[in-house]
Amino acid sequence: MKVKVIKGLRYSKEHEWVKVDGNRAIIGITDYAQDSLGDIVFVDLPEVGRNVQVGDAVAVVESVKAASDVYSPVSGTVVEVNTALEASPELINQDPYENWILILEMSDPGELDALMDAESYERFCEEEE
Amino acid sequence: MKKTPLYEKHVSLGAKMIEFGGWMMPLQYTGILEEHEAVRQRAGLFDVSHMGEVMIRGRGATEFIQKLITNDISGMREFRVLYSPMCYPDGGTVDDLLVYKFDAERYLLVVNAANIQKDVQWIESHKPHDVEVEDLSEQYAQLALQGPKSQEVLQKIADIPLDSVKFFRFADGVSIAGVSALLSRTGYTGEDGFEIYVPADRALKVWEAIMDAGEEFHVMPAGLGARDTLRLEAALPLYDHELSPDISPLEAGLDRFVRLDKADFIGREALLKQKEGGISRKLVGLEMIDKGIPRQGYEVQVKGRNIGYITSGSFSPTLKKNIALALIDVSYAAQSSHVDVIVRNKALKAEVVKIPFYAKQYKK
Repeated sequence: MKVKVIKGLRYSKEHEWVKVDGNRAIIGITDYAQDSLGDIVFVDLPEVGRNVQVGDAVAVVESVKAASDVYSPVSGTVVEVNTALEASPELINQDPYENWILILEMSDPGELDALMDAESYERFCEEEE
Repeated sequence: MKKTPLYEKHVSLGAKMIEFGGWMMPLQYTGILEEHEAVRQRAGLFDVSHMGEVMIRGRGATEFIQKLITNDISGMREFRVLYSPMCYPDGGTVDDLLVYKFDAERYLLVVNAANIQKDVQWIESHKPHDVEVEDLSEQYAQLALQGPKSQEVLQKIADIPLDSVKFFRFADGVSIAGVSALLSRTGYTGEDGFEIYVPADRALKVWEAIMDAGEEFHVMPAGLGARDTLRLEAALPLYDHELSPDISPLEAGLDRFVRLDKADFIGREALLKQKEGGISRKLVGLEMIDKGIPRQGYEVQVKGRNIGYITSGSFSPTLKKNIALALIDVSYAAQSSHVDVIVRNKALKAEVVKIPFYAKQYKK
């Protein structure tokens, strides 16, 4: 299966993407992730103001079949969540890159270096298949 | 890992395959929600060839089955189907199954995929000398066509009037697209529909003929994901969820399939005791009030005290609500009681509601 990967984003091995905007990290799940999950029917968003460490389960995306954690690809403070997903979780299936989940104010932007670029992530997905 | 005769077909249709009960099965083709809706609105075709088929033959067949299962086959007519739990002496459940009666000396038991080996051993170990037990699971493929349009679709390729096959009856030697099949009006979705048993090597031909006949009705292939949400809405039990060696059919609310008034059967004494003494836990339906999806194994509490657990839970595609079946302390089982479901360490409010969640649309 060919999954959509967007250039200019950073990617984690747990299939989250990060778009960097100054000191803010906009975070969502990738096309690969939404495709493996199937129909998404609920997104459990974190509270604004929560401090998270890299690797923490920061949100939960639930498909019909199962609940799946979203691991924070960087550390920081939650400054915004995408409340549109509360009423329409299926937006993530429709466009996982447009429909972000949360925004973090990063505490250590250096952590971004540990993430993959689009090309490496694409290879990573091929190996996962 | 075992593969059904339709494995290659599923892969070519782009299905997501998963392991279930020792088999590689299609979880979904296009999406669980879409397939679920197809079955509720039109019809969906399932490959359920993983199910087990066990033939019981011989002079003592009727008496033997009476001893094995909790339901009563004494008044059963030929070409009828009957649902029954099968219990251990302590009242726990070995499996739940369908009994197809050809005649007083020949029955076919249809059992759950994951339990085939266990069931056959259990049945063999109780078998009298005048009964033969034969595991035909490898020889049979089973397709289930489910949904309000099922009869119209299947009629196009069947050589008998399907009106004559009423709910929980079957016909043998029916030609489906030229393939001789055993056909019953049964299913696991809460909709009208048929289960079709054919020789394994003819399964593909029948699958394709049904999909062709169903094209004008937009029949879709449907996977185990939709099968699970459909049966949950109809509150049909799934073994290892609502029934298990640890859960008796009475606790699962299957009283009408446990005939304590018939002659002795395995588990009768224990079940009679449960019935007379009253069960301490009971299967109930829950509807979430707070936002969150209950899943199998989640704890159910009242005022911080554990009162049971979720046996199956999901988003309900038809009702657009989060629902569950839960085995809980009987003192909290009254309708509209409020309980907490523990979801990721948070207590989320739920209400006990009547089951089934979705009124079954059987054609009786």
